[in-house]
Amino acid sequence: MNNSIVRTLLVRGMLAGLAAGLLALVTAYFLGEPRVDAAIAFEEAEHAAHGHEHGVEAVSRSLQSTAGLSTGVLVYGVAFGGIAALAYCFALGRIGRFGPRSAALLLAAGGLVAVYVVPFLKYPANPPAVGDADTIGQRTALYFLMTALSVLLAVAAVILGRRLAPRLGNWNATLAAAAAFAVAVGLAYAFLPSFDEVPEGFPGTLLWQFRLAALAVQATLWTAFGLIFGVLAERALAPRTGQQAPVTRAATAAH
Amino acid sequence: MAQSAVQPSSATAAEPVKLPVGAIAPWAVFFGILMLVLLYFVGAEQGATAVTSGENVHEWVHDARHLLGFPCH
Repeated sequence: MNNSIVRTLLVRGMLAGLAAGLLALVTAYFLGEPRVDAAIAFEEAEHAAHGHEHGVEAVSRSLQSTAGLSTGVLVYGVAFGGIAALAYCFALGRIGRFGPRSAALLLAAGGLVAVYVVPFLKYPANPPAVGDADTIGQRTALYFLMTALSVLLAVAAVILGRRLAPRLGNWNATLAAAAAFAVAVGLAYAFLPSFDEVPEGFPGTLLWQFRLAALAVQATLWTAFGLIFGVLAERALAPRTGQQAPVTRAATAAH
Repeated sequence: MAQSAVQPSSATAAEPVKLPVGAIAPWAVFFGILMLVLLYFVGAEQGATAVTSGENVHEWVHDARHLLGFPCH
């Protein structure tokens, strides 16, 4: 029974991730793609000005901005949907007295902050033309390190908050855990190396718009996931909560 | 709704479900790793590291990689 509920939640998490990915794709296509195109135009003008010959594209721009973008965003949505659903299984009943839907929304908000916003503030998304090819190895390693660190610190903060709750009460325990998280993240920001690889003449407005678009894609993805998965999870869990109270079980079964 | 008179507290005050860690762990390990492999292919393959040769994976997910915040090139 427990096994099958985990499986059900996992499958539903991946489906919710797919649906959220579709919405994120709409955001990425309409808000993000114009900025990617503008950045590539800048890159090509720079190449032309320095007499570099532009290499043959393995995948055309029209495919990259449609089928390629869809593949990436949807796989990302399904993958994080699955991971978030598994995290949800652990979180249920362990993070306080939240119903299935509010727990899902809370988890999604935590996911957005821990998986994306915290690493983004240190290593923001860069459009084409920004970023030195020579540091790609270092930047990739540090980005994944920052993401892993942020997720681990968020989990630690949740555990800390739960430990403090009996002594400080829920409100103050949550504040204390959030403050501890912020301090730890601040230390990571201070000690990890930064990169400033924006080429000279790259429009500041374009960089800002690109990064806002990248943030909007993630906000769409995680919000949609939280809302959709919350409903799906609640339905999956409805007969279970009833198990403890046979009367309600009969009521839910009658739906 | 008729039942709420019989069991007034069941909907809101019931203890939240708590799934045993042992039941989640095998799923979490197997699918967790599988999902991370998927994320690796979307986010980093043929960038800093590569398990397949060429540039096709990188080029195919190029725009997604930029817009999802991964370091691309």
